[in-house]
Amino acid sequence: MEKFDKLTGIAAPMPLVNIDTDMIIPKVFLKTIKRTGLGVNLFDEMRYDRQGNEIPDFVLNKPAYREAQIIVAGDNFGCGSSREHAPWALADFGIKAVISTSFADIFYSNCFKNGMLPIILPKEQVEILMKDAEKGANARMDIDLEAQTVTASDGEVFHFEVDAFRKHCLMEGLDDIGLTMERVANIDTFEAQAAQARPWV
Amino acid sequence: MSPKTLYDKIWDAHVVHQADDGTCLLYIDRHLVHEVTSPQAFEGLRMTGRKVRAPEKTIAVPDHNVPTTLDRAKGIENEESRIQVEALDKNAKDFGLHYYPVSDVRQGIVHIVGPEQGWTLPGMTVVCGDSHTATHGAFGALAHGIGTSEVEHVLATQTLIQKKSKNMKVEITGKLSPGVTAKDITMSVIGKTGTGGGTGYVIEYCGEAIRDLSMEGRMTVCNMAIEGGARAGLIAPDQKTFDYVKGRPHAPKGAQWEAALAWWKTLYSDDDAHWDQVITLRGEDIEPVVTWGTSPEDVLPITATVPEPDSFTGGKVDAVQRAIAYMGLTPGQKLTDIEIDTVFIGSCTNGRIEDLRAAAAILKGKKIKDGLRAMVVPGSGLVRAQAEEEGLAQIFQDAGFEWRLAGCSMCLAMNPDQLAEGERCASTSNRNFEGRQGYKGRTHLVSPAMAAAAAVTGRLTDVREMQ
Ligand code: SF4
Repeated sequence: MEKFDKLTGIAAPMPLVNIDTDMIIPKVFLKTIKRTGLGVNLFDEMRYDRQGNEIPDFVLNKPAYREAQIIVAGDNFGCGSSREHAPWALADFGIKAVISTSFADIFYSNCFKNGMLPIILPKEQVEILMKDAEKGANARMDIDLEAQTVTASDGEVFHFEVDAFRKHCLMEGLDDIGLTMERVANIDTFEAQAAQARPWV
Repeated sequence: MSPKTLYDKIWDAHVVHQADDGTCLLYIDRHLVHEVTSPQAFEGLRMTGRKVRAPEKTIAVPDHNVPTTLDRAKGIENEESRIQVEALDKNAKDFGLHYYPVSDVRQGIVHIVGPEQGWTLPGMTVVCGDSHTATHGAFGALAHGIGTSEVEHVLATQTLIQKKSKNMKVEITGKLSPGVTAKDITMSVIGKTGTGGGTGYVIEYCGEAIRDLSMEGRMTVCNMAIEGGARAGLIAPDQKTFDYVKGRPHAPKGAQWEAALAWWKTLYSDDDAHWDQVITLRGEDIEPVVTWGTSPEDVLPITATVPEPDSFTGGKVDAVQRAIAYMGLTPGQKLTDIEIDTVFIGSCTNGRIEDLRAAAAILKGKKIKDGLRAMVVPGSGLVRAQAEEEGLAQIFQDAGFEWRLAGCSMCLAMNPDQLAEGERCASTSNRNFEGRQGYKGRTHLVSPAMAAAAAVTGRLTDVREMQ
């Protein structure tokens, strides 16, 4: 997995609340058996018309935001299904961090498995960053995972919380399965005990 | 010992290892797999040379992409869908999983097949690469959806890295009024808490109205816990649960049954257990409800009117404006004046036998409105067979419904069952997101009885007027 450390990038404002996984990647694109190549279909129904032409008003189609690496979003981003195609599509487009007041549980966890950082901040701070993002390509935000800070283009610094284990894995690009495999003895022991205690399982 | 919630008890019984920061390795008793969220996980196993650690605890069934038309034996037309189902066929075979292929009468929606076959039992941890795994919580199993990376993690290690969620109690007191169902309970709860209200929590549903529900109804309630943002929904097992489980193909038998039962009977929240949040609704206050917007929290009693965007606050004002425009409605319009073109009865929320009975009870001796498209998609081949035996299939067909084979179908429209642009559907599924049932399709979520009532009148209808 790619490591995440520091990021300086353009942030796209998406103030809509409850942006769900069907909006992020509509189900017609879930038929793939690969993880890659979903970026062109990110936000497909908001981004293109039925003929496949770009809708100029959509934020990621605007010249200022085509290279965005950060999204600042309304509450409850990523709600809906468990599809990891949502973070895959975001990552494939080039998004490395999403900032919101809240995320849906499964989406939040899926981000970390794909080298992407979801950042939770209080409402007032997300509003400030939303305004900052609206300034366009000249307003670059800095994200420092080690220091757990987001710095707006005018230098204002916001501190965010992140689970220590998840932070460690993201910074080191660690693969969860590899880590768990190191605990295989614990799993063996548990399985043996459980087979005694609950043999019907 | 300090008092525990049901969630605490199941959690504690499954911790393989706990790190200093509280991150746990949790053992997974049942892993359910479908074709959409698993191919990349199996590919990952192959690339790293890993095996499935516990194939005997892993159950696979194709559901999202499968055609539900009667001629489906001729194969899947859409190439990508076919490839996905074929990939599952191959992965199930190569890795030695329990498998219910499309041709098997037991095939159906993964969340219906699991309980039906007795794979889902009280006190278990159950996961699936699918958010509606919450359904299995109806048995007092800790069940939740996971992403594909986690699917791979569970396949390889039979564990999941997890931090414990908070405990929320949702109590529904008293009795339900006539015409009010499990679907109305679960939607009313989301209407109250919002789609983000459950984030960070595991919900336990309790109270007289929940106890009174059948297992099917309880599954409907837990199914939509995820729509409220919760990690999982739970209901403590009781005699109804045990009766439902007993005799199922993979339920324990003989001495093991007795041992299992003894443990299951300890699975309830202790009286003085700690709750991080408590929500109470009076059963008597719950009405038949319907969604008007594009989020499951956009829910109102059927007697209400489409809301004014200005009656909301914050970011929701824009969202409501957008939703009302998308849905083609006018603020102030009566919900019962909304005309529909399509009725869909099915999904893991409402595709079980009891749901079909409730709909058929309304439809008996009636016809659907002229020009309306209506379909019933049973949740599994066995539900379908039972409905035929009980004569329900005949009632649906006489009324003008299409009687389909099992699958997810128009719940998410990955197969050819889709709404056309602008079409409006009364649906027993769980999500009314933009485009969920087809590009620019419009979804109103309702209970099976309400869907049947709408099919007869051609508009959203208060089922109480038809009973
Ligand atoms: S019926 Fe709908 S919600 Fe249930 S598993 Fe299938 S697609 Fe998901």
